[in-house]
Amino acid sequence: MDILSLTAVELAKAIREGKTTSVEATQAVLDKIAASEDTYHCYVTVEREKALQQAAEVQKKIEAGELTGPLAGVPFAIKDNMCTEGTLTTCSSKILENFIPTFSAEAVLNLEKAGVVILGKTNMDEFAMGSTTETSYYGVTKNPRNPEHVPGGSSGGSAAAVAAQECFAALGSDTGGSIRQPASYCGVVGMKPTYGTVSRYGLIAYGSSLDQIGPLTKDVTDCATVLEAITSHDPKDSTSMKREDTDFTSALVADVKGMKIGIPRDYFGEGLDPEVRDAVLAAAEVLKAQGAEVEEFDLSLVDYAIPTYYTIAAAEASSNLERFDGVKYGYRAQDAEDLHTMYKRSRSQGFGPEVKRRIMLGSFVLSSGYYDAYYLKALRVKALIKKAFDEAFAKYDVILGPVAPTTAPKLGSSLADPIKMYLGDIYTISINLAGLPGISVPCGTDSKGLPIGMQLIGDCFKEKTLIRAAYTYEQRR
Amino acid sequence: MANVISDETIEYVGILAKLELSEEEKEAAKKDMGRMLDYIDKLSELDTTGVEPMSHVFPVQNVFREDVVTNGDESEQTLANAPGEKDNMFVVPKTFD
Repeated sequence: MDILSLTAVELAKAIREGKTTSVEATQAVLDKIAASEDTYHCYVTVEREKALQQAAEVQKKIEAGELTGPLAGVPFAIKDNMCTEGTLTTCSSKILENFIPTFSAEAVLNLEKAGVVILGKTNMDEFAMGSTTETSYYGVTKNPRNPEHVPGGSSGGSAAAVAAQECFAALGSDTGGSIRQPASYCGVVGMKPTYGTVSRYGLIAYGSSLDQIGPLTKDVTDCATVLEAITSHDPKDSTSMKREDTDFTSALVADVKGMKIGIPRDYFGEGLDPEVRDAVLAAAEVLKAQGAEVEEFDLSLVDYAIPTYYTIAAAEASSNLERFDGVKYGYRAQDAEDLHTMYKRSRSQGFGPEVKRRIMLGSFVLSSGYYDAYYLKALRVKALIKKAFDEAFAKYDVILGPVAPTTAPKLGSSLADPIKMYLGDIYTISINLAGLPGISVPCGTDSKGLPIGMQLIGDCFKEKTLIRAAYTYEQRR
Repeated sequence: MANVISDETIEYVGILAKLELSEEEKEAAKKDMGRMLDYIDKLSELDTTGVEPMSHVFPVQNVFREDVVTNGDESEQTLANAPGEKDNMFVVPKTFD
């Protein structure tokens, strides 16, 4: 049995049946990490000893019948913006180079309750600001499908770790596409749930009204299973929703008969790579052949999503990142004689260029005299975007389109022109603004062999519809 | 570029953002911010008269819970992360004369 090629759910089953153990699987994946990390650099921190110890404890509980869940014993990777008690958590920033959290994020605790083993923390764009994982202070991650290309971002390390078999599944976070886009670039499945589904407690905040934790996995079954495990109502997150229909694995049914799928014409216009377009439309044909009703429609307002997003996200980031001041944790500049200079120097030396760019923009759009013209204007446009989706979901169960306009760009080709890089988020970003769930499913490769992702978007709380459509496609393609 | 960011504006935003930028960074920030604002100005094409600003997609109002301590004393672990610590307190550079 080639352990590493198993999905998370398959591995847990093999462990339950005594065909392998959690320790054996953890050792195998640690060996794989040792062999390929020099090439891909998916992780900021790998906790070898802790992982093996955790695996041994989990294995005992599985054998004693105390852990019987569908993920028990499976080694996972966690994006480095989620707090993990006792394990370095950097957000891929110098300013958190030495931060050891005293608590774990609720989503991580939920995984641990399900009996998973935590291998370590994955690389990301600094504070999740970026689309390539190249803004990390700890070096770039490379795409396991072709190491000359980026893995996407900001959850690039998590997507790459799944693709490189350096873990069996991973958690990422998605503020404007940061789970779905790297999943698409690396050829894995990634889902951003409805806002409020997974607790943000312990997730280091970027844009709080947009941030959501979700799974990156090898297939749709793993995705539904992980989502089911991490979903919870958490009083520690005031935006956490109390949901009833969280048995997501019950939607793993290959049947889309009568499902109404809308294809927004605005998602297939200028700027979309023809190879991506063809692969995504071919995927729509597969669902149509299974009985889905597919038609084109006009979503509208697509061009306004990116300026709206960058205004809101930068504003929230400038506020959220005020806490990094060199007082209670993280990096402190050593040469400052007074408190105010210490704040400024610690932040200036601790943050990278993209983070500073967004803090500056955010501070500006929130400043007196500009607040109405920029920040409130963006919040009004956000209301219009949400309305456009409400109208679409009155007609359709699912919206289908590409995840990104192209496949993974080459390393080093993106950061020079920020606005051009931001345009790459055009199909993912409005989903965060409207709080909707979205899933990225592999749907082929381009002529260079780079993966292409199809995005399925659902109405709020309709993850099960997305899972059913994604699962049907995966089974029938 | 329609939005020209002045030295004064960058200076002021730097104070709000608590960032100390080098001359080179200031020049870059002026250009960056000007370009981003030009781009964001696209939103003014839309008539949003009568549209309420939407800060939250769901109608969630204030969420209250009792202010009850549930964790134990973690001051030692918390202070272990501090860049400066003395007698169970955070140490910072002098704040006033």
